[in-house]
Amino acid sequence: MTTFYILVGYLALLMGLGLLSSRFFKGTSADFFVVSRSVGSFLLLMSIFGTTMTGFAIVGSTAKSYTDGVGVYGLMASWSGLMHSAVFFAVGIKLWAVGKRYGYMTQCEYFRDRFESDRLGYVLFPILVLLVIPYLLVGVIAAGKFIQPTTAGLFPELFPMPNLPNGNPHPLNGGIPPAVGGGVICLIVLFYVFFGGLRGAVWANTFQTIVFMGTGVIAFYMISKNLGGLKAASEAVAASDFGAERLGREGMMSKLQFLSYCFVPLSVGMFPHLFQHWLTAKSAKSFKLTVVAFPIFIMIVWVPCVLIGVWAAGYLGPLDPGQSPNSVLGRMVGQLVHSPVLTGLVGAGVLAAIMSSLDSQFMCLGTMFTNDIVMKKYGADRFTDRQKIWIARGFILFVVGSTYLLAIALQDSAHVFDLGVWCFSGFAGLFPLVFASVYWKRVTLPGAYACILSTAMAWGYLFYHDILAVKPAGAGDEEMLVFGMMPVAIIIALSTVSLVVVSLLTKKPSEAIIRKFFV
Amino acid sequence: MRSKVVVLVFFIFAILHHDVWNWDDRSLWLGFLPAGLGYHVVYSLVVGIFWYLVTRFAWPHATEAWAEKSSPE
Repeated sequence: MTTFYILVGYLALLMGLGLLSSRFFKGTSADFFVVSRSVGSFLLLMSIFGTTMTGFAIVGSTAKSYTDGVGVYGLMASWSGLMHSAVFFAVGIKLWAVGKRYGYMTQCEYFRDRFESDRLGYVLFPILVLLVIPYLLVGVIAAGKFIQPTTAGLFPELFPMPNLPNGNPHPLNGGIPPAVGGGVICLIVLFYVFFGGLRGAVWANTFQTIVFMGTGVIAFYMISKNLGGLKAASEAVAASDFGAERLGREGMMSKLQFLSYCFVPLSVGMFPHLFQHWLTAKSAKSFKLTVVAFPIFIMIVWVPCVLIGVWAAGYLGPLDPGQSPNSVLGRMVGQLVHSPVLTGLVGAGVLAAIMSSLDSQFMCLGTMFTNDIVMKKYGADRFTDRQKIWIARGFILFVVGSTYLLAIALQDSAHVFDLGVWCFSGFAGLFPLVFASVYWKRVTLPGAYACILSTAMAWGYLFYHDILAVKPAGAGDEEMLVFGMMPVAIIIALSTVSLVVVSLLTKKPSEAIIRKFFV
Repeated sequence: MRSKVVVLVFFIFAILHHDVWNWDDRSLWLGFLPAGLGYHVVYSLVVGIFWYLVTRFAWPHATEAWAEKSSPE
């Protein structure tokens, strides 16, 4: 029960933090939605980092390194270290500046003004919401599915599972079912976002980031110690048939795939929840620490997980049929450390990584609905600040409830986790739009529509062939590549060409707009 | 001028990311760190230093001043 008590204690601390943050709430909509634009360097770094890192950064990175080897770090982590900071510096600060000057709270408000078109906001809103929802689903399902094995055996009478066909007890017997675990996680996130607004999310993210960074390092230390030290752990991999090739990249991934992965991290430039976090900054200087520390923070989280994944290839060998690589981290902790305290801490770390993304996404959907739909349709002056906050809270409640029900319905679908990657590709496909909007005076409204349309068409076509189309017999579950590259490379190429060509062929934007948005 | 230098160095970093020479190198740095991972750990640290220098010497003061000039809120 120690593991369970640690998880409960962690979740109780989060609720306490939510209550505390609500005591600082000033009662205005600007405070609820963008923390009165008062967040300093440290909180901005921690909240943005926590929001960007999902449960994949801990569980998925270990699993992916187990299957694809050490190249996973270069593929996903060091590219992100370079590209995320570039986007924060080149795009984030610019958007913070226009947000502060003109009082924006959502992306749609900015794009509407920048391209002088209300309709553009109505086109973008459903696209952004549809791309965030699968991301939310992955978080809720992952949390539920993680809690069940972590608590297996604790409540055999409350949550019994039938024995396996061979008569052995079910390994998940007595574990909290995903429907209950996912529900509890939703309720706790709802609690601190509902009462604390984005301040609640910022404070919680800061705490959660400290937890998942700390527990990752502790798990790494304990696992390496029990494998006989760093050298012994890696030498064992080199000596194993299954593990040795995972120390290099040959046969694990192609060079074009490695190169074209650079486009995936561009998605952060169009994440609506990150846009909202950028607007919370007290000043442009608040971004400095985030820009500098991001590559280092990514390294601190990913290097231990990648090494644990590669060591697992040597220690565990090939998995049995039906076993998921996502179980590798749990098995390494369970088999090597035998400590319910560490199991509980790692569990809290994984939940922290998942919840620190969920809260910002719930919050941004509430903000977008209130500002981009309700205020736009009925007029901002028609509502008091108090009413705006309650409209947002109502929509957050609706989104949390809908996400939970969808997660329950889809939790056993084989493709839900693939949707996460496709969300990133969709946001990355729209990156040329935001980049052009802050740097290219010649970009036009038809160019913006062309960019959105080409992204939607290319994304839809590739998504259909990867997820929905019936695969030929014997086709594997390999990652989809187009001409050997990540699909996102094709999507970005098409969206960029469409945006540039159509903009050049259509009438220049007005001088007033250029004066308004360019320094 | 400074922003052009930043863009140039950024693209040099993007090229340096593609370490094909480590592709099939399974040797262990310091006896435990696979070469392909070790290279990217050093790469991440140097990228952090690069961004520090960018924030120190190529900070967008004009954008900052423009944002602070007049705020409707």
